[in-house]
Amino acid sequence: MADRVSPTRTNLMVFIGLLALTLATTLIARVDLGVWHLPVALAIAAAKTLLIALYFMHLRWSPGLLGLVALGAVLWLAILLGGSMDDYATRIWLLPSGR
Amino acid sequence: MIVATVALERPHAETYLSAGTTARSWLLTTDHKRIGILYMVSITLMFLVGGVAATFMRITLLSPGGGVVAMETYNKLFTIHGVIMVWFFLIPSIPSVLGNFVLPMMLGARDVAFPRLNLASWYIFLAGSLFLLWTVVTGGVDTGWTFYTPYSTQYATSRVVSTTLGVFIVGFSSILTGLNFIVTTHRMRAPGLTWFRLPLFVWSLYATSLILVLATPVLGITLILVTIERWLGIGIFDPALGGDPLLFQHLFWFYSHPAVYIMILPGMGVISELIPTFSRKRLFGYTFVAGASIAIAVLGFLVWGHHMFTAGMSTHAALVFSMLSYLVAIPSAIKVFNWTATLYRGAVSFETPMLYAIGFIGLFTTGGMTGLFLASLAVDVHVTDTYFVIAHFHYIMVGGMVTAYMGGLHYWWPKISGRMYPENLGRLAAMTIFLGFNLTFFPQYILGYLGMPRRYAGYPPEFQVLNVLSTAGASILAVGYALPLAYLLWSLRYGERAGANPWGGTTLEWTTSSPPPEHNFEHTPIVTHGPYDYVRGPQGD
Amino acid sequence: MANIRVADRHAPAPQFDDLVQQREAAALGMWVFLVTEVMLFGGLFTVYTVYRWLHHPAFVEGSHHMALIAGAVNTAVLIASSFTMAQAVQRAQRGLRRGLLGFLASTALLGVVFLGLKAYEYWSHYAEGLVPGSPWTYAGPHSGPLQSFFFLYFAMTGLHAVHLTVGVGLVTGLIVLARRRRFTAAYHTPVEVIGLYWHLIDVIWVFLFPLFYLIG
Repeated sequence: MADRVSPTRTNLMVFIGLLALTLATTLIARVDLGVWHLPVALAIAAAKTLLIALYFMHLRWSPGLLGLVALGAVLWLAILLGGSMDDYATRIWLLPSGR
Repeated sequence: MIVATVALERPHAETYLSAGTTARSWLLTTDHKRIGILYMVSITLMFLVGGVAATFMRITLLSPGGGVVAMETYNKLFTIHGVIMVWFFLIPSIPSVLGNFVLPMMLGARDVAFPRLNLASWYIFLAGSLFLLWTVVTGGVDTGWTFYTPYSTQYATSRVVSTTLGVFIVGFSSILTGLNFIVTTHRMRAPGLTWFRLPLFVWSLYATSLILVLATPVLGITLILVTIERWLGIGIFDPALGGDPLLFQHLFWFYSHPAVYIMILPGMGVISELIPTFSRKRLFGYTFVAGASIAIAVLGFLVWGHHMFTAGMSTHAALVFSMLSYLVAIPSAIKVFNWTATLYRGAVSFETPMLYAIGFIGLFTTGGMTGLFLASLAVDVHVTDTYFVIAHFHYIMVGGMVTAYMGGLHYWWPKISGRMYPENLGRLAAMTIFLGFNLTFFPQYILGYLGMPRRYAGYPPEFQVLNVLSTAGASILAVGYALPLAYLLWSLRYGERAGANPWGGTTLEWTTSSPPPEHNFEHTPIVTHGPYDYVRGPQGD
Repeated sequence: MANIRVADRHAPAPQFDDLVQQREAAALGMWVFLVTEVMLFGGLFTVYTVYRWLHHPAFVEGSHHMALIAGAVNTAVLIASSFTMAQAVQRAQRGLRRGLLGFLASTALLGVVFLGLKAYEYWSHYAEGLVPGSPWTYAGPHSGPLQSFFFLYFAMTGLHAVHLTVGVGLVTGLIVLARRRRFTAAYHTPVEVIGLYWHLIDVIWVFLFPLFYLIG
């Protein structure tokens, strides 16, 4: 959030970009990508988020502190997901002998 | 070299206490100082409720066969004790009472960034407290403060939902306080007050606030899930539907481990103010202590699995969490070293706040070290869910945190009330508390190591002597806590009037009158140097 | 409080030194609040991640029961509402009251459209007996974990819908204030911060859409 005014043209281009990415993710879902299915979907979602955050939410022109805050949210979500999934993904590792 | 303190106190000047004396002026206040006092009253009441529960527990544990209360009742006692002490006393205590009062002044500000949100946070606290009190009078809750599933969601017949909702509500009080402190610290510092000129109490509150906003929402959604599973009978954590009770524990401890740092960091912040002031010496290693506060906040989020070592978590995850748990002890140790180094060759005096500070260093260190024992997988298998764990966290929370709260309360009492407490009674109470505390909780380390489980209303007869010692200690501790309650109230009317800076402190709150005017400072201070500078004196003009 | 119609006259709240400090505090405050929202939903995303890992076939099955067109249309609707909200902020920054009102109204309207479509989807699932709690009458494979999938669907999109409803309420409040000429080029902070909130609601849906509608 800054004094900078985001012109209509910028907002419009972001809007169209977001619609295009939505179309892309919907169509790509029909293609069999095996294990890449989820990573690709999340990557597209992340790209959309970046557009919204940088342009609609003005992060591009805001003090660095706000960008750090946004990054913090992402990082902390990753900690929660990572720590939990470490447990579930490794339940069958390092079992005592005899199991 | 001691800077002479000039008494700015003019008994008939308008202070924040005299600006409005109606109930309305208190209940609709947006003054951070008054809100701090409102919180003080509320958390003291809740402390008493939690303390009554503990009293009945310790009486029950005088004899191996229990018998004073039914076993089902005992379960309710330790649950209510835990829930109230954690969420309705420890977590709000220093931040919402002392932090609210002192933080804006330490920053040279007129108030926090969002005063109305601040008032709202107190009303939210009240609302949550009402849910808990309703729970207590309508039969209580018996799940343990940790609400483990499936007992809490499927089998318990006690007041689970009113408890989870009460805690959920009070979580918003935490979040709003943390949000307010973060924005205030970033955006409302006085001219010249750079980050590395901030008092360490501010650094600690800032680190605490980071945890408050990042962790509390996860607790919120987790309690909602428990409530839904119980109310609607939907098996979210139910293995029959492919769910996992351990998932509840991951979500719960993701909040509840950082929560213990929410509780202790503000206490450490208070100690970082007390030690320099009563040693007349600049704090050793300021930057390290500031950095350690942030490190504790961050690392504290990476260790939650150490509460689940024996619950069925994967070995790999257990190893990772164990290793990280050792890591998180380092910044705490750094603080202890720095406080101790500050004392060395300082002009140390032993007023009441300093007695609490020194007690804190010893008790917190002991408690913290036993945390390392628990972080070791092999030892934890043996002592988890025993009195060893109970002793560990009571050393930190009571020996550490409550001690720090008492120290801070006495330190800032002249500023808050404009009165001095009676010093001899203060010292007597501090020593009584120290003695009572150790007698209560040291035997519990031994009991736990010998195998006495926690949350049991009875025990094998050979443990009776230690239990009796513990209960005896608890009665001494109770006297120790009752004393300040009495003499602090007494001092409001009969205490000696305090000057602006009775302790010779160097942070900004000491440059204004005791009690302060409503807007804190006559003019916004201009800061020219860091805190704890006993040569140059107080930070502002 | 006088009805001040003079443009650019607005005093900061007493705790602030000037309007700039007030606006910067409001922005930081809203961003910190958005972090708490991310962590709130984060708990549910964690449950989702774990259960999808443990029961992938059930989640694929669940996704087939979703109304893809409705979901995709709703995604477009919400993106459009983010566009109109961004435009509303821009008009506010320029002090253009008419444009501000128009874009705020469009935003609220698009939000309502989203909610309407969502309600229709919920009703269809209910009619098919796919709502855990109300009679769950699904008798096909993976019935157990499928209940978890649908619980998560209703919980996450439901929590999202609650936030969206609050958002529509807030935007309506902005419309009321804007009609009373409370915003100028110098002061329009509420529009900016509520805009931030609105965009986060969009971001959350950006993730919910592929996670529920586009699995395999």
